[in-house]
Amino acid sequence: MPSFLLRRALSSVIVIFCVISITFVLARITKGGPFDREKEPPPHIKEALLTRYKLNGTLWEQYSAYVGSLMRFDLGLSTRYRDWRVSELLQQKMPNSFALGGLALVIASCAGVGLGSLAAMKKDTWVDRSAMLCALMSISVPSFVSGPVLIAVFALWLGWLPVGGWGTARQMILPAVCLAAPYVAYIARLMRNSLLDVMKSDFLRTARAKGLSETQAVVKHAVKVAILPVVTFLGPLAAHLLTGSMIVESVFNISGAGMIFVNSIQNRDVFLLGGAVIVYCVLLVLFNLLVDVIYTLLDKRIRLYA
Amino acid sequence: MPDAAAPARIPRPDGWQILKRNRAAMFALRFLVVLACVAIVVPMLLPAALKVTSSESFMPPSARHLLGSDVNGQDMLYRVLSGARVSLGVGFMGAVISLFIGTLYGMISGYAGGRVDAFMMRTVEVLQSVPRILFIMILIAALDDYVKEWVDGWRLAAQAENWNHAASLMSDLQAYSKVLVMIVSLGLVEWLVMARIVRGQVLVLRELTFVTASKAMGQGSWGVLRRHLLPNLSTIILTYLTLTIPAVILDESFLSFLGLGIEDPAASWGSLLKDGAQVINPLESKWWLLVFPALLMAASLLALNFLGDGLRDAFDPKSGE
Repeated sequence: MPSFLLRRALSSVIVIFCVISITFVLARITKGGPFDREKEPPPHIKEALLTRYKLNGTLWEQYSAYVGSLMRFDLGLSTRYRDWRVSELLQQKMPNSFALGGLALVIASCAGVGLGSLAAMKKDTWVDRSAMLCALMSISVPSFVSGPVLIAVFALWLGWLPVGGWGTARQMILPAVCLAAPYVAYIARLMRNSLLDVMKSDFLRTARAKGLSETQAVVKHAVKVAILPVVTFLGPLAAHLLTGSMIVESVFNISGAGMIFVNSIQNRDVFLLGGAVIVYCVLLVLFNLLVDVIYTLLDKRIRLYA
Repeated sequence: MPDAAAPARIPRPDGWQILKRNRAAMFALRFLVVLACVAIVVPMLLPAALKVTSSESFMPPSARHLLGSDVNGQDMLYRVLSGARVSLGVGFMGAVISLFIGTLYGMISGYAGGRVDAFMMRTVEVLQSVPRILFIMILIAALDDYVKEWVDGWRLAAQAENWNHAASLMSDLQAYSKVLVMIVSLGLVEWLVMARIVRGQVLVLRELTFVTASKAMGQGSWGVLRRHLLPNLSTIILTYLTLTIPAVILDESFLSFLGLGIEDPAASWGSLLKDGAQVINPLESKWWLLVFPALLMAASLLALNFLGDGLRDAFDPKSGE
């Protein structure tokens, strides 16, 4: 286990490093600099700004300066929001996205596993078919369509939930459901297929033979194994959801991290972009590691090896 | 001699028969064919007056404007159908580009094996950990100015040579240059899944006897890949092409909705929904601006997903998701 963790940590650092490098280089070779505005600043001022942010010189010099500051755990300054550190901006925006994404993750995994198991146990009945039709529909409807529909139905028409705002639990429900909807569907499909496979296996026949009802057999024995592919899917999904959704945040007017991605690219705010990408990658690596550990807990046959 | 041998195929239950019995998938296929024909033909038949901007802005659906009109007085039927052209076109072309890259990459990786395979798959893993939509946005930002300049360069060159047709074609193309950028950017990013699937298949196929046999008969690597592996991969490729198209359409519409994608005068479902969402207010609902593009888009994506699922059940029954 320790050697496994060590190797994983090392390869994760390499992955994060590669992703950061690709992002930085692409962002810098893109036309238009962080200080280009409609009204062009005088050249000497632009030059001074670029020097201050260490963005002049060759691409290699800029890149090594950036990597150097990252080595000192310094994410740098935002070029757009002057006098703000990238870490401060992220600290300000991330909690909202964490709350929204965390709630969506819980909804997606609970509803997905439940719906998928139900569909598998009632295979080829109307329950199965309608559950899978719903799943395909929620994959096919983009969140910028489902969001306004949810608002119109549950807030304006039925009046159960507030139309907008952010902070209270009631205000979080609609955006979280909207964000979770397609992933409920992915997880339900994944869970259904995997459970159907497991239900054919020998150990489940044994469970039935010793007198367990079908429901008991599935709940006690099959779900524990069938959930493994879902757990794998949850790793990257957690990183994706927790770092914010551009669409859901813009539809529900939430100030979260998703808009950081869009705005920092539009503003050529390369350090802010880099910081957001680092957060994403670190979360991704951590959750994938967590997935591997959960795997060994769920299935004793799997041994972690490096 | 080896060239004379017909490419060997693995016997399997006929997937096309399975697909034909899948009523939902066949209905989806018919819907998509009809939609594509309507989107191509109907905008050509509409009277020219409906296609241009006019003073009749925000007209609700009526006999003159079947689906209403938008802020610039353009007919929504025309806008929605030309949006369908762009959305479906970008989806298809983007998926085809990703299919080419993914298939080639997966075939080389799987067939080469060993260290080359390990390195190529590690690279795919690294790329998969970049947020996909972010990568597309960076690519669009990077490519957009270059493509605009490039098209403009050709236009000026054509003008200098007095090729009026070419020059007017280029100035038309300028308005649609963003579509080109979107296709390339989406295609360059979406190939990762395809590469993994193809590699997995090649790993299985290359161990089979007919591959060993054709290698023993002296066929080179490219020959084996092209003549023996590709035919056996074709249905898997078709399946994942069908499943990639809705993913590309969805990504395109996200970007257009955020204002980073398709720009006027071109339209896509995403950009139409963005325009509709901008003028919505609780007092006076201009529902026709949102309902029609949203319905058509959801129906098309549903149909594509149904068809893709049907193809997967028919040709790749073992893969769960």
